[in-house]
Amino acid sequence: MADTRDIEMTVNGESHAANVETRTSLGDFLRHGLGLTGTHMGCEHGVCGACTVMVDGEAVRSCLMLAVQANGHEVTTVEGLAEDDGTMSALQEAFWKHHGLQCGFCTPGMLTSLTAFLRDNPDPSERDVREAISGNICRCTGYQGIVDAALDVAKTMQKGS
Amino acid sequence: MKPAPFTYHDPTTADEAVALLATHEDAKILAGGQSLMPMLNMRFVVPDDVIDLNRIDGIAGIRDAGESIEIGAMTRQRDLMRDDVIATKAPIIPAALHWVGHFQTRNRGTIGGSLCHLDPAAELPCLMALYDAELTVQGPDGARKIPFAEWPLAYMIPSIGPDELLTGVSVPHWGGNTGHGFVEFSRRHGDFAIVAAAALLTVDAGKITRAAISIGGADVRPIRLTEAETALVGATPDAGTFKAAAEIARGIEAMSDAYVSSAYRQRLAATLVERALAAAASNLNGSA
Repeated sequence: MADTRDIEMTVNGESHAANVETRTSLGDFLRHGLGLTGTHMGCEHGVCGACTVMVDGEAVRSCLMLAVQANGHEVTTVEGLAEDDGTMSALQEAFWKHHGLQCGFCTPGMLTSLTAFLRDNPDPSERDVREAISGNICRCTGYQGIVDAALDVAKTMQKGS
Repeated sequence: MKPAPFTYHDPTTADEAVALLATHEDAKILAGGQSLMPMLNMRFVVPDDVIDLNRIDGIAGIRDAGESIEIGAMTRQRDLMRDDVIATKAPIIPAALHWVGHFQTRNRGTIGGSLCHLDPAAELPCLMALYDAELTVQGPDGARKIPFAEWPLAYMIPSIGPDELLTGVSVPHWGGNTGHGFVEFSRRHGDFAIVAAAALLTVDAGKITRAAISIGGADVRPIRLTEAETALVGATPDAGTFKAAAEIARGIEAMSDAYVSSAYRQRLAATLVERALAAAASNLNGSA
């Protein structure tokens, strides 16, 4: 018999209750349990960063966390970054403007990682940004557009504050 | 891939976790999950039971105990990097943690998980060797303390019983006019270290009064360069002294693998020890 648990978590501001098999990763639960397919499962061993989501505001690998471990916690996925009316976040806008994505596979992990990173490091150097995404693999862009986007957002945030 | 089925346990006390270990023969302890989860996903390990420590209160946190810093086993690597006590009394810890994985993995990864996983290339075991840290494990008969020197038994095998749980680490505070250096070489940042070197130096009236050097990644367990440490005491902290001490690192036992020969690791060790010592001498500031 499969080992299952009843869990409850808030995802992108909305409360969800489900019965999950305990071996299910958080990433698989988000995709298959909640239909939030914006989170991409890549390597499934913590190397590629595509599955990164925020748990209680901190960026983590959703392939290296069990869904049952997120019981009672707050999860933000890429679907939760835009405004309710669909207006993209400043970082999402900047990705669009600077060609920070091509195929889009790494994008959810890049956006969630950088959202948490820029919140904690509002005035990063280019090197800081490169280190922040060193655990997120992109095979299309060569990273330049992604770095430009992050630095652009940081600059705008500085001006705004 | 996905983990094979297991039975999940999430105890809320250390006692409860120890009791579970006693009654479940093929159980794995889940701390931060940044090593165990990949191994479960790839089915390198297929345990009957997984005992998750994340809901246990009281085995995470950092406490300044004057002569030492007491660190709970479930303290996240992120929290070690953000903590004021660590920053002032053991700044080599956050310096080394910059080399551990990526910020997303450090958000989950714990000090206890790293010490029990005991990867030869891991930074935290290298630091605990440097400090002669003392580990506390809890078993069915109560707690016992283990000096780090006795912790690694063999490749990725710590000196802990199948029914015991690592609950905390005590890191002695050096004090005095002390500096620290941590350097590492890997092909890409965030990869496993090919070799890492850590050094602490205390200098009084222009002479080295105390020294510790630890090398990670070279052998199955961190290597303390005691011969060099002894040679450093009483010497002047200058480039010549450091070069001579680092030469001793060339004679260490070093592993060889498909990518890196033992001779290369020995050369790296000498270079990195010299750099770590120079770094330590450059930030003497009364804390380490």
